[in-house]
Amino acid sequence: MAKILVVTSGKGGVGKTTSTASLGAALAQSGQRVVVVDFDVGLRNLDLVMGAERRVVFDLINVVQGDAKLAQALIRDKRVDTLSLLPASQTRDKDALTEEGVAKVLAELREKFDWIICDSPAGIEKGATLAMYNADAAVVVTNPEVSSVRDSDRIIGLLDSKTKRAEKGERMEKHLLLTRYDTARAARGEMLKTDDVLEILSIPLLGIIPESEEVLRASNIGAPITLSNPASAAGRAYFDAAKRLRGEDIPMTVPVERRGLMGKLFGRRVA
Amino acid sequence: MSLLNFLSRRRSAPVARERLQILLAHERAVHGHRDLVAILQEEILAVIAKHMAIEREKVQVKLDRGKSTSTLEIDIEMPDLAQAAAAARH
Repeated sequence: MAKILVVTSGKGGVGKTTSTASLGAALAQSGQRVVVVDFDVGLRNLDLVMGAERRVVFDLINVVQGDAKLAQALIRDKRVDTLSLLPASQTRDKDALTEEGVAKVLAELREKFDWIICDSPAGIEKGATLAMYNADAAVVVTNPEVSSVRDSDRIIGLLDSKTKRAEKGERMEKHLLLTRYDTARAARGEMLKTDDVLEILSIPLLGIIPESEEVLRASNIGAPITLSNPASAAGRAYFDAAKRLRGEDIPMTVPVERRGLMGKLFGRRVA
Repeated sequence: MSLLNFLSRRRSAPVARERLQILLAHERAVHGHRDLVAILQEEILAVIAKHMAIEREKVQVKLDRGKSTSTLEIDIEMPDLAQAAAAARH
């Protein structure tokens, strides 16, 4: 049974697109059939982070409006063959998306994939509510920082009231993904700790992604970090989070960067 | 003094935590109804479960919020009373 997952946060720049790409790739790398769908109409970036920006021909709006078939718009990943991308439109505005149109496309995707991961735009406007409306579960991406935690609280409120599940009186499954976490700063009292954020937001924890230079490197080269550097701390954290999404019981740790002999000798990598 | 300053400057996370707790308590009251439907469903279920066996899906809670009035719809499908009472006794 296919599962629709929305990756959301309210605040921009906390790592929704990076997390969509990384979780999607990690699930696909374990053999699951995954499609990542960009809902950020007008400001699409999932294609760029996935390294597929030059392969976009048709997009979600073309499919919603019947100008293209779903199969024409889906972009199959060249590295993992069970991973696909459905890009957003860069030129149209978000009013071109309708609730019925989106529901129809998602129903069609349910036939083809095990996981449909929707990358929500920032904010709490129509784009964000459309991305979450049909979801079975939500990943709330949060930085250990006051404005991000506040916005996540607001988004959790919307997940519990403005989604199809909430309207039917069903419970929305919500997971917290804490990103850009710095264990040392949290220990020194300079940054909100995991427990602080969990106590405030009171939703279960999916994973802790450590602040890592490798995340920027991955987006620079257009590869999800679980593909570009699976052994990195952030890469391993995303693999663990993906396993938890599949129901595996993985002990919660914050992975640390492993340094090889060359790394120890030269301090940091050049490339 | 400078040492005190140094120490208080470093530990800013407890301040962040306290500010958030106060702010969100207020904002939840304004935007409200966070998980209200789910909470109501759980509590109604718990009350009924005290007296008879009931399945989770048999209690449906729906909140419709309009501009002037809101309605709370609670739909409880009762099991066969004799059977349920017998089940609850075991």
